[in-house]
Amino acid sequence: MQAETTLNCDVLVIGGGATGAGVLFDLAQRGLRVILAEQNDVATGTSGRYHGLLHSGGRYAVRDPESARECIEENWIVRRIAPHTIEDTGGWFAAFPPDDPAYIPLWLEGCKAVGIPTEPVPLAQALREEPHLNPQAYAIYRVPDAACDSFELIHSLVEAAAALGGVTLTYHRVCAIEKHGGKVIGALLQNRRTGGYVRVHAHAIVNAAGPWAGEVAKLAGADIHMTHDRGVMVAMNVRWVNTIINRLATPDDGDILVPVGTVCVIGTTSVVVERPDDLDIPAREITQMLDAGEVMIPNFRKARALRAWAGVRPLYDPPQKRAGEAEGGVGEDGRFITRSFRALSHADVGAAGMLSIVGGKLTTYRQMAEKISDEVCAYLGVSAPCRTAQTPLPKPTWLGNGGRKLHALTHRLHQLEHAPTHNNLICECEIITRDQLETAIRASGEGVSLDDLRRDLRLGMGPCQAGFCGYRAAGVLGETAHLPPADSIAALATFIEERFRGNRPLLWGHQLRQALLDELIYRRALGVPTPQPEAHAAD
Amino acid sequence: MIEPRELPYLQETPFTADHCLKCNICTQACPVVPVTDLFPGPKTVGPQAQRFRDPDLPSPDQSVDYCSGCGICTLVCPHGVRVMEINTQAKAKLAEAKGFSLRNWILGHNAWWGVLGTPFAPLLNWAFRFKPFRWLAEKTLGISARAAFPTWAGYTFRSWWRKREKKRAQPAEDARPVVVYYHGCSTNSYEPRIGKLAVQILEHNGFRVIVPPQACCGLPLQSNGMFAEARRFARKNTSALADYARRGIPIVGTAGSCIMALKGDYEHILGLHDDDTRALAGGIYDISEFLWGLHQQGKLKTDFRPVSAFPPELRALIGDSIVPYHAPCQLKAHGMGRPALDLLDLIPELRVVEMDADCCGIAGTYGYKAEKRQIAEDVGAPLFRRIREIGARLAVCDTETCRWHIAQMSGARVVHPVELLASAYGITADERAMI
Repeated sequence: MQAETTLNCDVLVIGGGATGAGVLFDLAQRGLRVILAEQNDVATGTSGRYHGLLHSGGRYAVRDPESARECIEENWIVRRIAPHTIEDTGGWFAAFPPDDPAYIPLWLEGCKAVGIPTEPVPLAQALREEPHLNPQAYAIYRVPDAACDSFELIHSLVEAAAALGGVTLTYHRVCAIEKHGGKVIGALLQNRRTGGYVRVHAHAIVNAAGPWAGEVAKLAGADIHMTHDRGVMVAMNVRWVNTIINRLATPDDGDILVPVGTVCVIGTTSVVVERPDDLDIPAREITQMLDAGEVMIPNFRKARALRAWAGVRPLYDPPQKRAGEAEGGVGEDGRFITRSFRALSHADVGAAGMLSIVGGKLTTYRQMAEKISDEVCAYLGVSAPCRTAQTPLPKPTWLGNGGRKLHALTHRLHQLEHAPTHNNLICECEIITRDQLETAIRASGEGVSLDDLRRDLRLGMGPCQAGFCGYRAAGVLGETAHLPPADSIAALATFIEERFRGNRPLLWGHQLRQALLDELIYRRALGVPTPQPEAHAAD
Repeated sequence: MIEPRELPYLQETPFTADHCLKCNICTQACPVVPVTDLFPGPKTVGPQAQRFRDPDLPSPDQSVDYCSGCGICTLVCPHGVRVMEINTQAKAKLAEAKGFSLRNWILGHNAWWGVLGTPFAPLLNWAFRFKPFRWLAEKTLGISARAAFPTWAGYTFRSWWRKREKKRAQPAEDARPVVVYYHGCSTNSYEPRIGKLAVQILEHNGFRVIVPPQACCGLPLQSNGMFAEARRFARKNTSALADYARRGIPIVGTAGSCIMALKGDYEHILGLHDDDTRALAGGIYDISEFLWGLHQQGKLKTDFRPVSAFPPELRALIGDSIVPYHAPCQLKAHGMGRPALDLLDLIPELRVVEMDADCCGIAGTYGYKAEKRQIAEDVGAPLFRRIREIGARLAVCDTETCRWHIAQMSGARVVHPVELLASAYGITADERAMI
């Protein structure tokens, strides 16, 4: 295979999720030349498919104290370094009648042991703050949970790294990892947009591919047993709560409700699946989520559900288990596997210099990046210390200027109010102006898809699910990126199909009306064709 | 299957935004959108912006203040989003955050000015027509110098009523069914003749009218974001009048907007969900609605004289013309059809035609604000043009500020439906006479 381009760097990072982007920035900050390769856009895997919760660690305080400790440590750090990605909603752990009161003292003890501050909230006060909460809650504690926008976080990391020379190659899939003399020396990447190849010479490789870590390791001849634990989440149309609500009970399905942006997300299920890209959304799991929401917020089921999606947790299932760890078999509940993370070396298979980072959570991305970067530096003989815990991240450029402060729900409304004209509103639901869209298109470069722009800007993520902004955005994309009309239409077709996909499991009540309207707009009025499904990567 | 009653929260005004499909029907129907770029439209500032409003923070979008509150958006929404109510609540938050505005405080408290100004009627009536005074009021307060102000009658409807009651011998046994008359501030201080005619029309139809103590409906305060005070007025009214409603005694009013405040705004905008509020809302009627209801039961007296037997002044105003009727937005919000039009159709020789106009533009105190005056004039322009084209010298409209605004802008005299009904019944009320 002939590579069209050759790039040189110290470290190649594989995977553009929070961990990979974290490693990119960490190593770039330590003065290394780093390239990140991501098979899709950044934040398209697990990092972009989570519920939006910056954990306090309370959820793991009883059964997984190691992960709980990591969470609370990182929680404080992320608030400091990336405040623009955080909305400090605060979180509650609340026990409702079906929950076992015996769990409460265990939980309080667990929180205390790892340093998670808890504060009891009297019910009367809780109901004043969250009038929709089930008034039968019998114990409520406040913890420092927060909502975190992973798209903004990852973009910040990528931009911060870029300023230090770190390169991010999106839509580049790793085809082969090249070894020589017992060490890795680089990798061959394929540009999925152009079909061309890129050869990257690197002294070390970090495998931060999340659920695909097993596949990437295989390219180097290593075998790491990942457990793919799929969770389904449902976004409700409005924020029924403004505080994160966790069930004060042994972690179970649908026991977290996170107000994030304009919606609130109920999550999640936990089912072990075979493939890293098994993103099916079984109807049964949706029902489970809504029923669970009903316990926390009476009448939750009657409210409008906006969109459902699934993410796959990349859990590491080591051959030698620590005490208390369970086996994760396909179809089973993956909740008994630790949420902590591990750094693995593959020197044993003649791939020295290749390191995999597995397990963990979005909340702990920075600590994971630090740990693996330390090992990379040790391998390369670099002594620069990690400074990511002290370095504030820049805001992504298209978010516009403004003080460095915590994210607020009202932010976009404020921006619109000060935009030059009202009629430049492209996505009405999520308040995205033509200017913002054009800036993001230009910043993203060639081949940017509407779905990429969705992640950048939340385009089409509101109640109408791109019903009214999809065609406008396709027009702006065509104009700004100078696309031939057929390409704009293809981009639109792909985008709305993806939007329809998340809507299909929720076709009742309001969202059914909306879906019908959207379908009439796209299929009947505009005649947008149904796109051919992309061939499955593994097929 | 009977669905268990939903908890109120799903029905609360802010959360009706959950029903919005973005279909734009409200934006299409909004009368303000076509005349100004300052208002991005009811969908944008309503259900859309609502998802971005933090209950603990003021809304950052000043543009919602350009919503006139006419309520057409709520009326046309096919999915049950209470758009105008969402906007009014957001405006109130905004007003709260912005702090005190003397202009809005003055406009909000018209209940006081009506009563306090009565003894000084001649002076005030002169001042409000004295251009330099109006110019000064616009420059210092922001109250439009062009807006039509009412004139103080010099006496109040209530004082007329008290004297009349004293004078009349109370029969020992009065078997007539009772109605409560809710007059509103404007009838009390500026247009007592409407109250006098309404009372007599009801009596002509065999009712005993009573006028218990009552307060301003609170709508001007509500429109200007002073919810706390508006609620105080609302509570006065609900505690004074709810019992009548519970006893099945109808409460009838002549001020279409005020009646709508009692019928719906108390609950959906001011957030009062108590039993008194609901009882009153279910027992209060616009006078035309009430009379048309009687007619449908065959109980309305239809001894109407033809126009040719009307008093000469009125006959001359009508002439050969059709009489344009404008249904005010807040009257449309009652969801009761056009009872005034139905009633007036019963009068021989009278040809009343509804003007196909959305809104006259004034929207309560909206058109009195200097920065919104041009919008108020532009919104109503098609209506004024039509009245002028018809050549009508008399028009009909149910609410007071709309009447004053249409009269000023079209040149026609604009009367309340009861004024024509009264003439048809042969009932008169001397404009100036206390008795």
